[in-house]
Parts: sequence; C-alpha cells; structure tokens
Amino acid sequence: MSEWKRQEGDETIFRTCAWSPPGCHPVGCGLQVHVKDGVVVDVEGDPEHPITKGSLCPRCLALTDYIYHPDRIIHPMKRAKEDRGLDKWQQCSWDEACDMVANAAQEIIDNYGPETICVFGGTGREANYWYTQWANLVFGSPNSVYAQAGWSCYGPRISNTAFMIGGGYPEIDYAQKFSDRYDHEGWVAPEVIVCWGKEPLRSNPDGMYGHAVIEMMRQFGTKLICVDPRMHWLGTRSDIVLQLNPGTDTAMAMAWIYVMDKENLVDREWIDAWTYGYDALVERCQSMPPSKAAEICGVDEELIWQAARLYGSAKPSSLAWGLAVDQNPNGTQLGQALIALMTITGFIDAPGGTTLGMGDDGGNRVKEGGGIDASQRIEDENDSTLMLALKYGIMSQETWDTKRIGVDKYPAVGSIMWTAHPDEFLKALETENPYKVHMAGFVSSNPVGTAISAEPQRWYKALKALDFNFACDCFMNPTIMSCCDVFFPVASTIEHDGMVATHYASNASFYGAQNKCVQVGECKSDIEIMMMVGKKLHPDFWNRFETQEDYDNFHVMRSWLPFKELREKVVVMSEEPYYKYKIGKLRPDGQPGFPTMTGRVELYSTMYQNWGEDPLPYYEPPAYGKESLPELSKQYPLMMITGAREQHFFHSEHKQIQALRQLTPWPMIDINTQDALDFGIAEGDWVEISSPYGSIRQLARVTPTMKKGVVHCMHGFWYPEEDGEVPNLYGNWKSNVNMLMPNSVNGKLGFGDTFKQMMVNIKKVVGLGGSNDPDTNGIILEPSRQAEFTVQQVWRPEDAPTDQYLQK
Amino acid sequence: MSHGAIYIDFEFCSGCHSCEIACRKHLRIANDKDGIKVLEDRPYQQENGAWHWDYIAYPTELCDLCEDRVAEGKLPSCVQACQAKVLEFGTIEECAEKLKKKPKKAAIFVP
Ligand code: SF4
Ligand code: SF4
Repeated sequence: MSEWKRQEGDETIFRTCAWSPPGCHPVGCGLQVHVKDGVVVDVEGDPEHPITKGSLCPRCLALTDYIYHPDRIIHPMKRAKEDRGLDKWQQCSWDEACDMVANAAQEIIDNYGPETICVFGGTGREANYWYTQWANLVFGSPNSVYAQAGWSCYGPRISNTAFMIGGGYPEIDYAQKFSDRYDHEGWVAPEVIVCWGKEPLRSNPDGMYGHAVIEMMRQFGTKLICVDPRMHWLGTRSDIVLQLNPGTDTAMAMAWIYVMDKENLVDREWIDAWTYGYDALVERCQSMPPSKAAEICGVDEELIWQAARLYGSAKPSSLAWGLAVDQNPNGTQLGQALIALMTITGFIDAPGGTTLGMGDDGGNRVKEGGGIDASQRIEDENDSTLMLALKYGIMSQETWDTKRIGVDKYPAVGSIMWTAHPDEFLKALETENPYKVHMAGFVSSNPVGTAISAEPQRWYKALKALDFNFACDCFMNPTIMSCCDVFFPVASTIEHDGMVATHYASNASFYGAQNKCVQVGECKSDIEIMMMVGKKLHPDFWNRFETQEDYDNFHVMRSWLPFKELREKVVVMSEEPYYKYKIGKLRPDGQPGFPTMTGRVELYSTMYQNWGEDPLPYYEPPAYGKESLPELSKQYPLMMITGAREQHFFHSEHKQIQALRQLTPWPMIDINTQDALDFGIAEGDWVEISSPYGSIRQLARVTPTMKKGVVHCMHGFWYPEEDGEVPNLYGNWKSNVNMLMPNSVNGKLGFGDTFKQMMVNIKKVVGLGGSNDPDTNGIILEPSRQAEFTVQQVWRPEDAPTDQYLQK
Repeated sequence: MSHGAIYIDFEFCSGCHSCEIACRKHLRIANDKDGIKVLEDRPYQQENGAWHWDYIAYPTELCDLCEDRVAEGKLPSCVQACQAKVLEFGTIEECAEKLKKKPKKAAIFVP
C-alpha cells in the first residue's frame, strides 16, 4: 500500500476516500489527489482502494471543476433581512458571521425558547450526520428537519429493518467487507440478485458501489431480476424484468411469498429456527395469488411465477431494495414483505446473500481490523447526541419530550428518526401551531429547491417569513437566495479531514479516511463551523474541541481508532463475520438471535402492532390513481414516477458544472412510444406536465422502455445560469417535479409519499417558458389551497392523530 | 513491440461517461472535445421480445493511448476510471486474445 501522502516530482499525491461535499452518499470511493503549489491539478481513482480499484464516477472525476468553479462561494457572507431574495450579499469575516448567528439564536432562545429554532439536513451529504447535533447541541432544539414528505428516503427502510430484524441496513453481498474481496475464503457470489425499485449503477447508493453488480455478472454469472416500471439499461441485461404499475409493489412482493411457500422454495428449517409469524404471513399472502397481483401490477401472471421461482431456487440469493420502498405510502408494508423475502430463503447474512450490519447510529465499530459485537460496546453516554445535550443542560428532557413537532402524531417515525416529522413540521411553520418557529439553519439542505421537498412553494413561503436564517453550503441556491441572512462556505471532501463509513456505519463495509489535501478560500468543514457557533452558545460543552480531529476522535470514531491511525491506513475493512445472529453478535446480551422483541426476525411485526399498525403486510392502491380517485383521474390519465438518477448529478447539485451538465443539459420526461403518439408529442418537444398540484415543463424523450401509461420525470432541475433573484430564483419553479406532489399523504405510521405514484396529464408546449413565479404557475396556493385538501381528504379523511385514525 | 489498443466488452458498458471525463482530464482538453467518446444505440425491443440497448466507448484521433501513464506503469486514464471495468489496454495481439475468449459484443479499437 502506498503512503497516504507521497511526493512525486513537484506534486504531492494524497490518498483519500470521498464523501462530501459535493453531494454523495457514504460510498467512500478511493481518490488520488495530485496537488501542486497548494492547488489540485488532478483527481484520479485510487487503484489501491479495495472496492473501487481506480474507478470513479463522473462527479469525482470532475471534482476540480467543482471546487474551483467561479460561482463557488468561498468566503462567509451576510445580507440584511430586508434584502432577502435579492443578490445583495456582502463578504464578511468568520467571526462576524458566527456572531450574527449566535446572537440571533440567543435572542430567540431567550424570547421564545430553543425549540423555535430548527435545523434542516438534506440527503446524502455528511452534514446529515451533523444536523441533529446542530439542533440538539448547538441550539438546544429538538427540531432537526429532513424536509422530504413522510421522511421518504432511507428512513423507512432503516425503520423496517430496526422493527423486524433489529440489525443494520441489509445490503447485497459483493464481498465488500473483506480486503481480499472475491477471493475471501467462504465467499460465494449471489446466484441471483433482485433489484427491487433500485437501479444500483446510477442510483445514489447509500454506501454500495453499484458497478460491483456488473463485476459479479461478468465474473461469476450472477443473474438479475428487476422489479421496476422502467426497463432500465441494467434491466436489458437481466433475466427477468417485472415492469409493474407504479406503487403496486407490495402486491407483487406478497405474490412472490405466495409462490415460494406453495412451491416450497423457502428454507423451512431456518424459518422455524429464526423467524416469528411465518404461518400468519403466508396466510395473509393467500389473499394475493399471482393471478391477482398480475391484475393489480399490470404484469403477465406467468412472469410473476417465473421470477419468484428463479429467486426461490437460487443458492444463494440476494435482494437490493431501493427508494421505491420509501416513496410510497404503502411502502412500510412493502419493506416488510421484502425483508420477508430476504430472510425466508435463509440467505440473510449468509455468504452471497443479503448482508446485515451489526448496529446502528455508529454503534457498529471495528477494533484492530475485527468487528466488535454489540455486547462489547462501551457504555458511554457520550455516544448519544441527545444524552450529551441533556447532560450539559443544552436541552431539557421536557423540551425533547414535548416540543419535537409531529412525533406525537407519528410516534413510530419519532422512535427511529431523531427529527421532527417533516409534513407536520411544515404545517406548524404555516399555522404557528403548536407554536411559532422563529429561525432556521440549512446545513447542506435546500428545501425551497428541487431535490427532496414536495410543494417547495409552501416551504418557500413559510421559511422566508422567519426572523433569522443561515446556511452552510458551497454554491448559492434557491433556499439561500430567498431566505437566508448568513452564508457559511463549506469545505469539500478533499478540503477537510474526517471519516466515511458506508451506510452511515449501520452496515459498514469499511471505514475510510477523508484526508485534507488543499484549502480553498476560507472554507471550513461542517464540523468546524458547528464548533465555532457552538462555542459561542454553549462553551461548557464545545470548548473541549479545538480542531476537527478532536471532534472526530470524540464523536465520530470514539476511542477505537484515532483519526491519525485511520488517516495513515486510508481504508480499514470491517471484516465482519457472516451469520452474526448465530454467534451472538447482534444482540446486546450476546445471545444468539436477533435484537427484536421475540429475538427472531419478525415476519409478524410486534413493533408495528405496538404502533397500532397491522402486523402483517397488506396492499393499498396508490393514493392518486384510478382506483382511489376515479373521477379526478380522468383529468390525469397517466401515472408519473420520478427520482431515477443521472450519475453525473447528485439530486439538485452539479447543474453548474459544465462537464456534467452537458451530459444532460435539460430535464427530460420519458414517455412510452405509444403514449407519445396518443398525446401528439414527439422526441425533443417541450411538454407541460400537470398534476392537481401544479404544472412544470420538461423535454420529451420518447422511448419504448417506459411502461405504457407511465411517465418518468427527472428531479433536481433548476437553472443556476438564470436570474437568481426572486421570484425567478434560478428558474426554480419551471421544471421542478416536486411542485406536482403534495405533503401529508403518508402511510399510517407517518412514512411514505407520492413521488413514485402520482397521476398527471401531459401536453405539448412551445419552449421551456413556464412561469418564473410560484404563484402563477398553476400551482395551488393560498387562498385556493382548499382544492389541495379536497384531494388529501380522500386519502386521510380526518387530520386526526394516528391512534384515532387507526381505530376507524 | 506491437501497437497498443483498447479492448471493450460493450455488452457491459453502462454508458456512465467516466472514461470520457477521465480522458479529458488526462489530455487536458476542453469539454467540447473527446479523447474517448461514449455512443449510445438507443433501446428497442426485438421481434423475440429481447431488448437491444448498447453503449460503446471508442477512442478518437486525440487518444495517445496514455503513453506517459503507461510508461510510468499506470493504466490509461479511461481504463482505470471505467466503472464497469470493461475497458482493457494491451497490444493488438493481447486484445485479440481477449476477444477470442469472449467472442460476443466486444471490440478492439486502435486509435
Ligand atoms: S487511452 Fe488515454 S488518451 Fe486514449 S482514450 Fe483512454 S484516457 Fe484518453
Ligand atoms: S467508463 Fe466504462 S462503463 Fe462507463 S461509459 Fe466508459 S467504457 Fe462504458
């Protein structure tokens, strides 16, 4: 292995693992960063990295274009509150910027209470480790906010796992935990991998290196089954693709269970030993034979039998679940059914099966290259952000218990996600009920923009009215331009030290060092900024940290691996064993079994039952579709899905980077060839896409790969090259697919949204055109919001607390 | 020594564009030029129901086969960056051997 830092001629070459910014999930790809005179001259893949082996995706390959982009903001800035929305920013010092934030916060805390300050985190970037700490430990507020309706990214899958298995996030096995990878003794390749609502090559992968799937197909003949409304490229290389109707996945998964039980394609011995409620599950699935699922899903019945047989007969088999599990009000049930499918084969945590992590919340740590199990965890109350906040008097227990918005209505969400409930939080912002919110921070989050928030126009109106707002980011964006008073410039992944653990450490394949290679402008890391403001507000706690490394050692890596050691090793593999449930590596008491109430994989979920939800999976049709809304759906005859990724963008990011933007200059709507004919739309036409919530424009791509009756719209599009001031806000409202979808259409537990099953209409229009103003874009806003509630009331008749609602 | 060449197993080229960007950085050329270019043959369904949808990356006349990198014992930039690991570098003869081993949806390019 080469040194983490070496000299070659006049270049210093750093080995480091990437996280963020720019946006990415913690995959930790290996970089070699060439630096000359303090400036990055080249970024290439690190051939010595055991997972990526020199490969990189376009975003890291274009990293120099990002970090040295002329529009990047590299000094702190301030703006007078009355100038919000106008480009009247002024450069200021770090000290002044921190003072402004700390003073505003102190005044609000004194006058209204700390809970009236909230901190938004976005998706993927490492700041979503820190936004809860910003809220709890810097401001003493329980209200950190992830602004996607129904917390519908990763959270539902994490919760499914926690409720039913108790371990860390399940991921397909590509020998990712071992330094000798595919040569590892005892490892075998999955015979079949199911990609369910996930395209692993392009999707933002949480921690998985997607192209490993291709390696295994080429080297070991691994077969694929895809379940997706789209025939994506990987689908064309798969054995079976089930192109189902959007949002009908739960019916499909139940039908697989039906087939596998009927044909005895399950591991009955394993089921008897390790699961709870199999018979009840099978009985439930009798209501969903393939003939019925075929009708609901719009898939040939015979193909469903074939797929379930191929999966059930494979030894071993593995299942990758994607965002489609989350972005569906019926998704909690889908997750339940998919966990059943991962486990009843007996291949959970088996070589070539679906791997399981040892813990959550960073509790899963390695020591001297070997895993430490749950029973060995250091009882250190410093582990939890909440405990620290309480211990140092930064937040009171009462504040945590009573002021976190929305968790009274949705306790299941509150039990796993240590944030407010997003949809309820938006309502609270608008109605000032249960109390008025006064201040917001945005750490790598852009809720007015185009990435994660439904009805961004509502977030826009609510957030720009607050007393004081600040943001930590790299580029100007619609949220900051319209709402903020202070801008803190954030250092990119190669401009700060830190750690990256895949899957946020819940099922880490390795721990990687992010090694600082250069300084750009005055940028600082998220942690450094948090420390600076923290010291002003709560010096008792924060003064213990001088440097990023102090904080990393304390709160990120704790005691097991000081940052300096990690830095030199660059990558430390987790080397976790298989079958952890057999050897007592999952349960806190060190006994064999799973850390659930019954000690088994709960196919019949006692946790769901406790929350008042059906303990077994059931199918519910999409909230916005022909079945639920027969009259309204006549005006909106197509179903829209969104969220399929372009690998050269991270959600709303990278639109300024020419090398990346030129690969997809405009947002595209994929339309089935026959649908395009029927609607009079040709390739390259501009199309107006309308839902009951609004209308936007995207460019037509006509393709037979879309299922007939289904369109896909790209997400994340805005136009940083356009006028940034209000109301245009960089064309934020023109092509923003989130304007077509509502908040507050969640499943019973509070998870799920409609991003992947929304009814729409399409028509040909001329040009990108569209309105520059959210109010005149056909978007339903106050006072005409009534119509919106008419639609939502069909779904959830009363805005009543969950327990009351469920009694009906 | 025989002339260098690039082998591609385009059955599994995912069209990710990594090779393009890595090459541009190596050759230090502008974004409107390519040392290697990813082409797409767009999807359609064949009579038997099977799908056709291919990407292929081919080196242009700007490609110098990464002479300087190869001299230092490194892989060409595009080969190293390729996410699917479907690009390989070798002499024409070596690449022909690879082609013999996988005589399906594979090609050799000599820029
Ligand atoms: S061999 Fe080098 S110059 Fe040729 S296409 Fe690949 S990266 Fe570009
Ligand atoms: S990097 Fe590899 S997989 Fe990606 S487009 Fe180029 S040749 Fe294809």
